[in-house]
Amino acid sequence: MSTWTGAPMRYLDLHRQSLSGSVRRLAGQPLATVMTLLVIAIALALPAGLRVLVSNLGAVSASWQNAADFTAYLKIDVTADRARALSREIEARDDVAEARLVDRASALADFRERSGLGEALAGLDGNPLPDALVIRPASGLDADVEAVAAAVRALPEVDVVRVDTAWVARLRAILALAGRVVNVATVLLGAAVAMVVGNTIRLEINQRRVEIEVIKLVGGSDGFVRRPFLYLGLCYGLGGAVVAAVVIAATLALLAAPVRTLAGLYGGDFALSGLSLSELLSLLAGGGLLGWVGAGLATARHLRAIEPT
Amino acid sequence: MIRFDNVYKRYPNGREALSGVTFRLERGELAFLTGPSGAGKSTLLRLVALIERPTRGTVLVNNQNTARLPRRKIPAYRQRLGVVFQDHKLLHDRSVFDNVALPLVIAGATRREIERRVRAALDQVGLLGRETHAPITLSTGEQQRVGIARAVAGRPDVLIADEPTGNLDPELSREVMRLFARFNEVGVTLLIATHDLELMEGMPHRRLQLINGQLATDGGKAA
Repeated sequence: MSTWTGAPMRYLDLHRQSLSGSVRRLAGQPLATVMTLLVIAIALALPAGLRVLVSNLGAVSASWQNAADFTAYLKIDVTADRARALSREIEARDDVAEARLVDRASALADFRERSGLGEALAGLDGNPLPDALVIRPASGLDADVEAVAAAVRALPEVDVVRVDTAWVARLRAILALAGRVVNVATVLLGAAVAMVVGNTIRLEINQRRVEIEVIKLVGGSDGFVRRPFLYLGLCYGLGGAVVAAVVIAATLALLAAPVRTLAGLYGGDFALSGLSLSELLSLLAGGGLLGWVGAGLATARHLRAIEPT
Repeated sequence: MIRFDNVYKRYPNGREALSGVTFRLERGELAFLTGPSGAGKSTLLRLVALIERPTRGTVLVNNQNTARLPRRKIPAYRQRLGVVFQDHKLLHDRSVFDNVALPLVIAGATRREIERRVRAALDQVGLLGRETHAPITLSTGEQQRVGIARAVAGRPDVLIADEPTGNLDPELSREVMRLFARFNEVGVTLLIATHDLELMEGMPHRRLQLINGQLATDGGKAA
């Protein structure tokens, strides 16, 4: 082997030894390792899981984005023929995609069935419900929807127009807020992961004080002494991230059936989506990085203090 | 090779362990450092190993002034020095092989080189074939020899030993001393602290005697 490949190879070899040494050390005390990994995994799974939750809710609200539909209730004395004509007229407009007539008879039938007030409604003389038009504007933009609604409201046959997009806007605002909360939680819990790893490494350093002294006595540099601890931190962080990914996947699997039932009740076919590949990779990279940083902080503080005596 | 020039060492508690020690050990020399316990033998060796720095005076090792060596250069300095401890200082979670290999791994030797030199060192101390053993399963004398193998595996120019026979019976002690004499024959400079006068009988080497932190005699001549 020529010298210029020799040095990097030896360097890599040293790192490989440090890494396998760290893994052996973790495997050597399985209970403590599992406990630490679980703590890290929970701290990572919380923000990652919340992120998945928020992005799922975002997906739900996105599917409602075309819910710019609004309802125009016609005056009670408008005839059925006029109502049908009106729905055709409105549908013919350029800024309207669809106008569907819900006539007063079927509205009453529907109401009777859904409200469970069949008995009470039977006592009514006549149908109190008006004809209604469910109008879907061509554009989902709030301003366009408002314009269509205003034009419809101006028609003499129309009694009331109910534009009900406010709740969608509110949901989106709540989601934006939730996203911000998740970001804050991510920062806080990420710091917690670094501190948990740092503390674990600090204990490990104390436990291996004699070994560190001996290594320094036979000429081990700070970097050499530090390396196995950094790899140990990396292993903790990465291992915790893997467990966190499993925890999230298991939770989603548990929730999948009830969510499908719930979505079915609302007439949707929504299914939970898990971590995307890029989210999974960021989780792993983030966990590894936090472990490395936590170990780096701990070693910087505690290794220098240990000198041979 | 090792030069002490009017060296004083005072510990933070006020105790003066060395007062005005001056001597010179040439390359390839073997000297015993003797004197009662508390006379400053360990302190002197600690100054050589750069575990401590002198309060006053200069310590030159390999023409390097230890007082002026920055902290980050200490590892490289120690890599050229072999140290044998009375309490062996072996790592008990590693095999004999890994213990002896430690300085070579630190120095970044190739795996093949490490294998070869660890075997050579273990052969010299008569422990070839024990590579996979755990240090704890060896006798005290054997552990001491593992410590010696580790000290010489890196082929140091200078070897210092603090009471290397402190825990050994006379037969093992003589064996260890013969080992040191053999290293000396191949050019290693050795400074061995011991209070075992009987052991040095029949060894013609130089003796530095410390009493109360001062060099009382040097090689039989008055200091």
